[in-house]
Amino acid sequence: MPPNAEASGAAGLSVAVLVSIGRHPLTARTRRADQDARAVEMALNMKGAAISLVHAGQHDSDHEEAIRGYLGMGIDEVRLLEQGPQSDVVPALTDALRDSSPQMVLTGTRAETGEASGMVPYLLAETLGWPVINGLAAVESVEKGVATVLQALPRGKRRRLRVRLPAIATVDTSAPAARQSAFGPARRGELDVQALASETDESLAQWQIQPARKRPKRLKVIKSSSARDRFKAAAAKSDGGGGQTLSDVTPEQGAEAIFKLLREEGVLR
Amino acid sequence: MSELVRRDPRKEWIARNRLHPQHLEVLAEIGGGSVASEWMGPNGLMRRNPHAVGFMGPNGIRRIDRSGAQQASQATGRSAEAKDSRRRVTIENPAFTIAVVPDMAGGRLSGHDRDLLGLARQLADADPENPGAVLAIVYGEHKETTFDEAGIDRMLMLEGDQFDGYTPENRIAALQGVDREVSPRFWMLPDSTQGGGELGRRLSVRLGERAATQVWQVEAHSDSATGWRCTTRGAAGTTDIVRDLPRVVIALAECADPITETRHAAEAIELSQPLPNVLGRIEDIGEVAVDPASVSLAEAEFILSAGNGVKDWDNYHHAAEVLGATKGASRVAVDDGYMPRDRQVGATGTWVSAKVYVAVGISGAIQHLQGIQTCEKVVAINLDEGCDMVKRADLAVIGDANAILSALVERVEQYRAEQEESRNAA
Repeated sequence: MPPNAEASGAAGLSVAVLVSIGRHPLTARTRRADQDARAVEMALNMKGAAISLVHAGQHDSDHEEAIRGYLGMGIDEVRLLEQGPQSDVVPALTDALRDSSPQMVLTGTRAETGEASGMVPYLLAETLGWPVINGLAAVESVEKGVATVLQALPRGKRRRLRVRLPAIATVDTSAPAARQSAFGPARRGELDVQALASETDESLAQWQIQPARKRPKRLKVIKSSSARDRFKAAAAKSDGGGGQTLSDVTPEQGAEAIFKLLREEGVLR
Repeated sequence: MSELVRRDPRKEWIARNRLHPQHLEVLAEIGGGSVASEWMGPNGLMRRNPHAVGFMGPNGIRRIDRSGAQQASQATGRSAEAKDSRRRVTIENPAFTIAVVPDMAGGRLSGHDRDLLGLARQLADADPENPGAVLAIVYGEHKETTFDEAGIDRMLMLEGDQFDGYTPENRIAALQGVDREVSPRFWMLPDSTQGGGELGRRLSVRLGERAATQVWQVEAHSDSATGWRCTTRGAAGTTDIVRDLPRVVIALAECADPITETRHAAEAIELSQPLPNVLGRIEDIGEVAVDPASVSLAEAEFILSAGNGVKDWDNYHHAAEVLGATKGASRVAVDDGYMPRDRQVGATGTWVSAKVYVAVGISGAIQHLQGIQTCEKVVAINLDEGCDMVKRADLAVIGDANAILSALVERVEQYRAEQEESRNAA
């Protein structure tokens, strides 16, 4: 599958992409979120689809900079549902989606800031009563209200699904990478700011949030009855051979040994 | 013959005690009547037979173990006895239930599943007076045989066509049924890409609970409503959130230690009510054959990697196609222009995590070995027997890479033809 395959039959399809504020992993600067940008890229690759971007959150200069990153991908307008800090965005998003009733909603798997639980698409799907699928890798076709999509599985595998629209789909890093954000379109693009009543997330206030601690490395505990075994395990080098070496064999014998290992591991298809 | 192992503690003690006058006799006796290694000669001199001592080591070198453990361990049935020493635990009337839905990737409990079961056990056994039961819910067929060793008290096997393939709607409906009937105190799912993370989020939404995701630590806490507090990762792994443990827990790998010291009943239970049939809006058409060349190196399952030792590149590319492997390369092969830069494996290229990594003509620079640290099985094809890659490899074949690759291609083609035949016959 070429990375920029264009889905056929998407003409007239209305696609909403939920975008969030990203955070650069090293510099911690705000930016467009990587997975959300991939979702926008996927929507842009659907030929003839009407794309609308929705963001729910605060409206200040820092966040606007990040939102403009999406506009720089060739989007004219982003709908910004203004919410107070520490507020639950699900009700606002639900209302917005119910009003605009898109046929397909794309979003990243999880946010890069805040709780980042990845629950929002599932919560929206439950309240709207739509099906939700995760790990979207490509939209192959849309016909008569049914989308045929590829779902990314671990190890680079793909699964083909057919889902009835309207539906919500999440995109993770196995989707094609997002295009670069251009400066000019990012400046020219517009933000349609709508101030909405925000619901404060009560339980979030009760949680302690602190910078991530490094997780302790798991120790290799040897549970053995004899002290000698425990000592040997502790004193042994970590990569002390254990492998089998075949020397002075014909190529056929060597190939047979490798073939046996490949079959045992189940990688030959 | 009796299966019982007869032990003589006195003899074992003598075998351990090298200074005991009967030490050698006893060793010879325990060792199955082997030749005595030391005896008094006719002139009163001690004679030694160096060939009779020790044992053959794994590398074919004779090793002498002076601790006496080697001789003792030759006794048959000893290892089986050691295995059964794990404590057996049966919980007849559990005070509560903790439901765990393992991923069962490949039909077996993964390491992540075992960690999660360890966490469930930790919560269940917190009060030794009123222990809880750990209920594992498994969909469809499985190949696992060690459910009891993983700390499972009750098993619920959900079988039927409705759980084949990707059927989250049916699975959630079944879990809802379990929730109504068993009403577990906690639901635990692995936060993995194998399906557990998704299923857990769907379940928490359906049950109306605010799940804790990416949980990596759970500790007792008296102020909390559930008596437990958890630490979860937030904001792309940059923050820790400390909060009360909710009813639905979606935990990361290594959240707790897996169970090793006890065996549990793993008793199968049934649901009294039939599972509801859900009209699904998601239809699974099946897995798609993916061109291995298009899979990114970091997530490839099977990599055939080439280095300086490869001389016939056409043969190598052909082999990768026949085997269905993703192509990788060492730095030298990339620098020489035989392979593109995005195929480089190692510290400066891609860190790979393949299940099988075949290194053809790669001697194993330390940067390259770093890049393949997490690979499960490494196969080396190399001319040099002493190189680092051969030391790292699980299977090393010494010989000409070109000839071995050709032979391997032939063998695989033959295997494919055999399979084709049997499929046609069936």
